[in-house]
Amino acid sequence: MTTAPDHSPTMAQASLWGRLEPWIPVLLIPALIVFGFLAIPATSSWLTLTVSGLAMGMMIFIMASGLTLVFGLMDVINFGHGAFVSVGAFVGISILLGLGSLTGAPSLMLNLLAVLLAVIGAMLATGVMGWAFERIIVKPVYGAHLKQILVTMGGLIIVEQLILVVWGPDEIFLTRPETLKGAITFAGAAIEKYRLLAVGVGLVLFLAMRWVLRSTKIGLIVRAGVQNGEMVEALGYRLRLVFIGVFVAGSALAGLGGVMWGLYQEVITAHMGANMMVLVFIVVIIGGLGSVEGCFIGALLVGLLQNYIAFLEPKLALISNIGLMVAILMWRPQGMMPVVKAK
Amino acid sequence: MSDPILSLQGVCTNIAQYHILQGVDLQVPKGGVTMLLGRNGVGKTTTLRTIMGLWRAHQGSISFDGQDISATPTPAIARSGIGFVPEDMGIFSDLTVEENMALAAASGPINPARLDWLFSVFPPLKTFWRSEAGNLSGGQKQMLSIARAMIEDRLLYLIDEPTKGLAPAIIATMAGALRDLKAQGASILLVEQNFAVAKMLGDTCAVMDDGRVVWSGEMKELSEDAALQERLMGLSMEAT
Repeated sequence: MTTAPDHSPTMAQASLWGRLEPWIPVLLIPALIVFGFLAIPATSSWLTLTVSGLAMGMMIFIMASGLTLVFGLMDVINFGHGAFVSVGAFVGISILLGLGSLTGAPSLMLNLLAVLLAVIGAMLATGVMGWAFERIIVKPVYGAHLKQILVTMGGLIIVEQLILVVWGPDEIFLTRPETLKGAITFAGAAIEKYRLLAVGVGLVLFLAMRWVLRSTKIGLIVRAGVQNGEMVEALGYRLRLVFIGVFVAGSALAGLGGVMWGLYQEVITAHMGANMMVLVFIVVIIGGLGSVEGCFIGALLVGLLQNYIAFLEPKLALISNIGLMVAILMWRPQGMMPVVKAK
Repeated sequence: MSDPILSLQGVCTNIAQYHILQGVDLQVPKGGVTMLLGRNGVGKTTTLRTIMGLWRAHQGSISFDGQDISATPTPAIARSGIGFVPEDMGIFSDLTVEENMALAAASGPINPARLDWLFSVFPPLKTFWRSEAGNLSGGQKQMLSIARAMIEDRLLYLIDEPTKGLAPAIIATMAGALRDLKAQGASILLVEQNFAVAKMLGDTCAVMDDGRVVWSGEMKELSEDAALQERLMGLSMEAT
């Protein structure tokens, strides 16, 4: 039998630029932090703003990570994603308000247990809701982008109105669990305890998602499905089930993001999810469709930039993220780390 | 002819407003290589995709291993024992060679003995095992595509133009691998434009034109009849 000619590849030394190029999106984060350090006169202010930006970025990442997978794997433009954020916040905060004995106790463990129960409840509710949303609203419009935008937008409005029916029209104000209130002082900077928790949760979630996507068979199927769903099916995998699983997981993550954001803002409204969608879409687009890593980097950039600019030039804060998106899309029109090409 | 492992009867497939397949009748016997030949655009690729359920037959029936699979979803068709190598190779370019192969082993972990055999047939796959598949050359991608289909035992292999655009040395490798597979008793339905390869590998043959099978018989019969080749495909052996 003839065998294929093997190659003993000789690897030419890549240029410095060639070696750095894939890492540029990652390097943007420390570069932005250094920019903040140089631009902000007081180190304590810079530290406070940096932690705040990272916390905000992590929470946006939690909300956006599911959407980027839904975008990339299912080619679905889900404008209703914000509904899961709002429902997650309302369910989670309702649970938290009912656990006054745990949230009011001066014990970190009991407080975290209360938050954990709220998060589990919110994720269960939004996961089930995501399943119903996919079956009823999204399934009939696979492959039709304009219809997807219209019906998911309609779904968002319906869910917002249902929230008003169930929880009433008023904003709900809340206080964080006892030990998550206040700030710690580090190097002269006041750093809110809750922001540290948000950074931790976001980081753990990112590492967990990365592990699932990189080291498990289901992750392999998802990554392959983002590139060529038809071929994944031709290899024997029921991609439709994976689609539904990803949609449910994405919805549950949005619910988690809703609880985290509600605790961060200390107020929740029916429209809070829809209000977050601008930032979430910016993150998904600049990160690159379907890319969890890109989404993570994009979210941190958005969070940090918004905090730095709001401090340095408040009037510019309104347009800073749009400016960031324009700059990145001019540099990389497919986003920083695209997994699928934009259609 | 032995009992067919795959049988198509009156299969019609429409893509948008185009009627691509217009009543395909095709039998693929158990064991051996059946060549599906014809000019460009006559429906060969559509036939393979319709068998896999990637495009649905609007009329007719497709039976595989005694079961009607006309309305069966693609994953179930694949799991029933059909390995598919599409014309565009279907490589997951952002995954490594290893990950591509692991994904193809749908029923469990990769069998090491099977992998060793594939490495012996396609050594570059071992060399570039941990490289992203997108960085492979065209020939190496084709090797990966075929190896992926061969990583598990299948009852039938559907292979679409495996030698397209490849250098002669690589074509010889492909032909050798398919001959090896054939020697193991596999059933193969092979779309091929390279008539020399078709002649070397084919046991039986079906020629398509205008969305139908217009001739079927022994490969030997077609390869020895230049006038028939000229009439069916506009070529003759002397030209290849």
